[in-house]
Amino acid sequence: MAILVIAEHDNATLKLDTAKVVACAQAVGSEVDVLVAGHNCSAAADSAKQLAGVRQVLVADSAVYANAIAENLSQLIVSVASEYQYILAAASSVGKDVLPRVAALLDVAQISEVVEVVSEDTFVRPIYAGSAMATVQSLDAIKVMTVRASAFDAVAQDGSASVQTLDNEYSGDVEFVSQTLSESERPDLGAASVVVSGGRAMGSAENFAILEQLADKLGGALGASRAAVDAGYVPNDLQVGQTGKIVAPDLYIAVGISGAIQHLAGMKDSKVIVAINKDPEAPIFQVADYGLEADLFEAVPKLLELI
Amino acid sequence: MKVLVPVKRVVDANVKVRVNADNTNVDTANLKMAINPFCEIAVEEAVRLKEAGIATEIVVASIGPKASQEQLRTAMALGADRGIHVETEEELAPLSIAKILNAIQANEQAQLIMLGKQSIDGDNNQTGQMLAALAGLPQATFASEVKVEGEQLVVTREIDGGLQTLKMPLPAIVTTDLRLNEPRYAKLPNIMKAKRKPLDTVTVDSLGVTLKQHQKVLKVTPPAERQAGIMVASVEELVEKLKNEAKVI
Ligand SMILES: Cc1cc2nc3c(=O)[nH]c(=O)nc-3n(C[C@H](O)[C@H](O)[C@H](O)COP(=O)(O)OP(=O)(O)OC[C@H]3O[C@@H](n4cnc5c(N)ncnc54)[C@H](O)[C@@H]3O)c2cc1C
Repeated sequence: MAILVIAEHDNATLKLDTAKVVACAQAVGSEVDVLVAGHNCSAAADSAKQLAGVRQVLVADSAVYANAIAENLSQLIVSVASEYQYILAAASSVGKDVLPRVAALLDVAQISEVVEVVSEDTFVRPIYAGSAMATVQSLDAIKVMTVRASAFDAVAQDGSASVQTLDNEYSGDVEFVSQTLSESERPDLGAASVVVSGGRAMGSAENFAILEQLADKLGGALGASRAAVDAGYVPNDLQVGQTGKIVAPDLYIAVGISGAIQHLAGMKDSKVIVAINKDPEAPIFQVADYGLEADLFEAVPKLLELI
Repeated sequence: MKVLVPVKRVVDANVKVRVNADNTNVDTANLKMAINPFCEIAVEEAVRLKEAGIATEIVVASIGPKASQEQLRTAMALGADRGIHVETEEELAPLSIAKILNAIQANEQAQLIMLGKQSIDGDNNQTGQMLAALAGLPQATFASEVKVEGEQLVVTREIDGGLQTLKMPLPAIVTTDLRLNEPRYAKLPNIMKAKRKPLDTVTVDSLGVTLKQHQKVLKVTPPAERQAGIMVASVEELVEKLKNEAKVI
């Protein structure tokens, strides 16, 4: 049973999500290949070779794959699809963009955000912002799935897979114009063991500075509720929730966040949840391991002092 | 320029859904229903393109039970010109929805198809991308800004880590993210006017689409409950617990 995992990377480094998706793949079967499609991506390909248990790394290194354009990548993936019974990618912005296109070209369904492998054809995925879990059996010959990386533990990096080069260059009508990535010294939201998130109650972009300090002190990442992002306090890509990032760190600290279902969907699988909120009735307290009813502008500076 | 906007009827975002007694689905009986929020953003964007003199006609389409016509009327109250209702009682997978939309597009030949990036019930995030593949059109998913420049579309997308801008020729497919716009409220006169706008009802068969079953839902269960935690009285106690009990700092 051959499985193809689409690597998540930025050409220079392989994202930890890839190692987590490989773990999901290995719960399905043992013949796992990884596709690294990018431009000047040999460093990412080298890391992929080290993922434990990977059989082969396919490398497609070309300018047409530089920016993960869905048209181009989907054609590349379809060109090798007949060798595989499963095609997996992280449920990242790239995986979500590209994989449904692949599935439709193959005339198969996609199973989104898989959190558990039940058997070779049966998988569990959340629906309704995680209010319910659906156990889904695939009837398709090729199973195309995005994987919720936070639900799997990364495989080790002591492997030594062989490499195969793919020379096909597929392109289409889409032109890359520009990209602005948030520059941050902090770990990625998805990879961080601590996440400190702020909500509408932060009140301004400036006020987020105290949460940045807290995140830095704990070696963590910064996150936010939709309300904080919509208000322009922090960039879009920090949104945690049903329609943003899904995280499951060892420690999640929610500051001035009410705990709407859409937010909980993105963080309720965290190991330890701390909530700081001045409203004792805030729903966030129902999922918090440690709740502190307090004004955040008093509690957070004090927290900074004590840790 | 004609814009096609598919919309879905879903349980309102503010309603908490529960799994039904026999664990086969969620219980949606008697719940408040609404137009999927991301679809509403797509309708709003189309209306703004029309107000800017770029779009000339907005066609909304919905696939679902008879009651989906309510959501088509809502979209028309927001400014869409006419509706197409593909009536079916079946819960169709995104690939099947994309095949039906592809048949509609074959008739309509819209220059721009704008969809929500995901529906908040199935949370699949697939339909727009699948339709793009079937129709052989370029796609720009998770849009936070859409600009039409002559025959070209320039779209800024929300991606992990930041924003990406792509340019592509029309016709093209866009899926909307939360920050694209804030939908307006329908005004009463427009709600009245929407009732008289044309709405066609068709069937899957009449569109000449044959669908396959791709998957079976074996069961639907509630998520694992988190153990209730404790309230701490002070920041000092919180730090002590995190250090000595949870051992996470
Ligand atoms: C389609 C859709 C998708 C969505 N997707 C997401 C998503 O992915 N992620 C997400 O987060 N949301 C999402 N939402 C929005 C969600 O429903 C909530 O509106 C949002 O999470 C609220 O953000 P908040 O908790 O910061 O704000 P509020 O709900 O306004 O909560 C603010 C909290 O701060 C507390 N507070 C105020 N002042 C202080 C103070 N001085 N000290 C301490 N506490 C204080 C208040 O008691 C309150 O509990 C989505 C909504 C829809 C409709």
